[in-house]
Amino acid sequence: MKAPAPARPGTPYERHAGWLLVAPALLAILLFFALPVAAGFVLSFTDFDLYAVADPANARWIGVENYRRLLLDPLFWRALGNTLFLVVVGGPLTLAAALGGALLVNSRLARLRGVYRTIFFAPVVTTLVAVAVVWRYLYHPRVGLLNHLLGLVGLPAVDWLGDPRWAMLAITLLTVWRTFGYSLVILVAGLQAIPESLYEAARLDGASWRQQLVHVTLPMLRPALLFVSVINTVGFFQIFAEPYVMTRGGPLNATLSIALLMYQQGFRWWNMGRAAAVAFVLFALILLISAAQAPLRRRAA
Amino acid sequence: MVSFWAFGREGEMVRELVPEFERRNPGLRVDVQQVPWTAAHEKLLTAYVGNATPDVAQLGNTWIAEFVALEALAPLDERLAGSRAIARGDFFAGAWDANVLDGATWGVPWYVDTRVLFYRSDLMAASGAPWPPRTWAEWREAMARVRRVGGAGERYAILMPIDEWDKPVLLGLQAGAPLLAGGGRRGAFRDPRFRRALAFYVDLYASGLAPPLTSSGVSNLYQQFEEGYFAMLVTGPWNLGEFRNRLPASMQERWATAPLPPPDAAAGYPGVSLAGGSSLVLFRDAAGHEGAWKLVEFLCEPAQQARFYELSGDLPARRSAWALTALDADPRAAAFREQLGAVVPMPKVPEWEQIATRVAERVEEVVRGASTLDAALAGLDADVDRMLEKRRWLLDRAAAAPAER
Repeated sequence: MKAPAPARPGTPYERHAGWLLVAPALLAILLFFALPVAAGFVLSFTDFDLYAVADPANARWIGVENYRRLLLDPLFWRALGNTLFLVVVGGPLTLAAALGGALLVNSRLARLRGVYRTIFFAPVVTTLVAVAVVWRYLYHPRVGLLNHLLGLVGLPAVDWLGDPRWAMLAITLLTVWRTFGYSLVILVAGLQAIPESLYEAARLDGASWRQQLVHVTLPMLRPALLFVSVINTVGFFQIFAEPYVMTRGGPLNATLSIALLMYQQGFRWWNMGRAAAVAFVLFALILLISAAQAPLRRRAA
Repeated sequence: MVSFWAFGREGEMVRELVPEFERRNPGLRVDVQQVPWTAAHEKLLTAYVGNATPDVAQLGNTWIAEFVALEALAPLDERLAGSRAIARGDFFAGAWDANVLDGATWGVPWYVDTRVLFYRSDLMAASGAPWPPRTWAEWREAMARVRRVGGAGERYAILMPIDEWDKPVLLGLQAGAPLLAGGGRRGAFRDPRFRRALAFYVDLYASGLAPPLTSSGVSNLYQQFEEGYFAMLVTGPWNLGEFRNRLPASMQERWATAPLPPPDAAAGYPGVSLAGGSSLVLFRDAAGHEGAWKLVEFLCEPAQQARFYELSGDLPARRSAWALTALDADPRAAAFREQLGAVVPMPKVPEWEQIATRVAERVEEVVRGASTLDAALAGLDADVDRMLEKRRWLLDRAAAAPAER
């Protein structure tokens, strides 16, 4: 792209015209984003609940009490732990699956690449509720396919969704399966952007397939990989639908995520103040993680 | 025009009753809105916030306290006093009581729901245990015996998913536990009566009489019942129809129902069960709406209750309606009828559902061995006290300023 010509200093009218043009968008952002966020922030310092819905005089200003109680609540730490489990276990798994799939789809040796691409991307666009029905069967303790396979290699059956020790892993596997297709598409685009000449040069130098992967593909793919991992991390921190549909946070809160905790506090128990506090803690966490990844991104770029 | 919200299948079935009402009341039209159960609570609350409540609605009777706290409902006492169509004495007393709060009546029972024992009559007969059980001890003995009755495969005496609150709460109520203390100000789960009930419950898993499954681990209830995987189930009236439809013909002579046994013979037979079901309520904005009240009276007529039972399978809240249906001749429904004479409502506080969820979680910890009985009960009381903090504050404030309300 050509650099734009240096702007001439406009007349006062022209300078204001810019503001006028963005005004509708700004207004919409102010009304539907900034204001609710500010209201939510204020809400998080009150005990606004069902009683306050009846009469606002029943709401009390309680300062940081919501945050203090949240940090003291074992349920919050449980939810944070479950969410981090997904990020730490599911993140790399998604990346690995997406990279493997992308290499396969992009490989000129493989046949039926279009078919693979469709298969890998299909879970992303499938309705979760339909997916949940099928996966619940796969995970079923008595008739499930997964336990059948475990039985074939002599391992004992696992109550995937009913046993608190396994449930989060079960949710993680489902989430990875559902999301890796999206990462895959981005990685495929990244792979296709690598100039063929680099591979030719590497081959002339006698590099094996593995050496090409380590010394050409992965370094060139770094920006895409970082982008994908940031997007996945942020997405996994906000995980809601999968545990909501599969287990409703159970058994014994083993699959309760932070977003699910927020939903339960807000729309199940109508503790709006506490739910708002959860929302801002989640926001702060995601901000922190994204900020930590920023230097990495800059180096990659 | 009367707007009426009803939930789930009831919302679908009640439409069949509307033409008769409109025929009898020329000029009155009923607009029935069917709302799925899963969205019902949220939709009612948002309607309240948005001043868009219906005139009449079906309300699960554990929700009444919440909507009374919101001051969303109209008290019905004056209308009931002048009503010839609704005779309080004809309703099951426990179900009626669920609608009475702060000295006023806020709803009229529409249909009732409770829990009784469903069992395999062939297996119970083969076990040789005295049946039906008249005390917990007899019940426990019958479970132990039926577990030993021969047959291939796994066999449990009773199926009770470990993540449900209704059984522990039900047993607690049977033992006379108050659940909450001080007018719903604090939890009372450390009460020895609740402890006794919970010990009885937990022991059923510890002794291998009940499988420690969660509700998602129960794959096909009806098939498992047929296979003899379990011999008893504590469940509600909807399963009368389900068992009839889903079990094969060969099974139809091999299952029956019985009321729940009390802890001791002294407590009187049958033991109490939960007073569930839905009520019809009038929203505050419709307090003066004659048509809305006429609709409530119409739906509570014995003939309409009987017809509604035939459409939906929901048990009528009035005794005289039972006589108009096949229920009176059905021995399996007789257990429900007997049980409905001994039902008690849940604690009437808006926080009850949240408390019940916590009960399920704490009890599940004990069944799984992650916590001891006493630690779980102490933890439960602490949790519940925290949930009721706002309620205590409101009650204290109201007590300090009696002139305000």
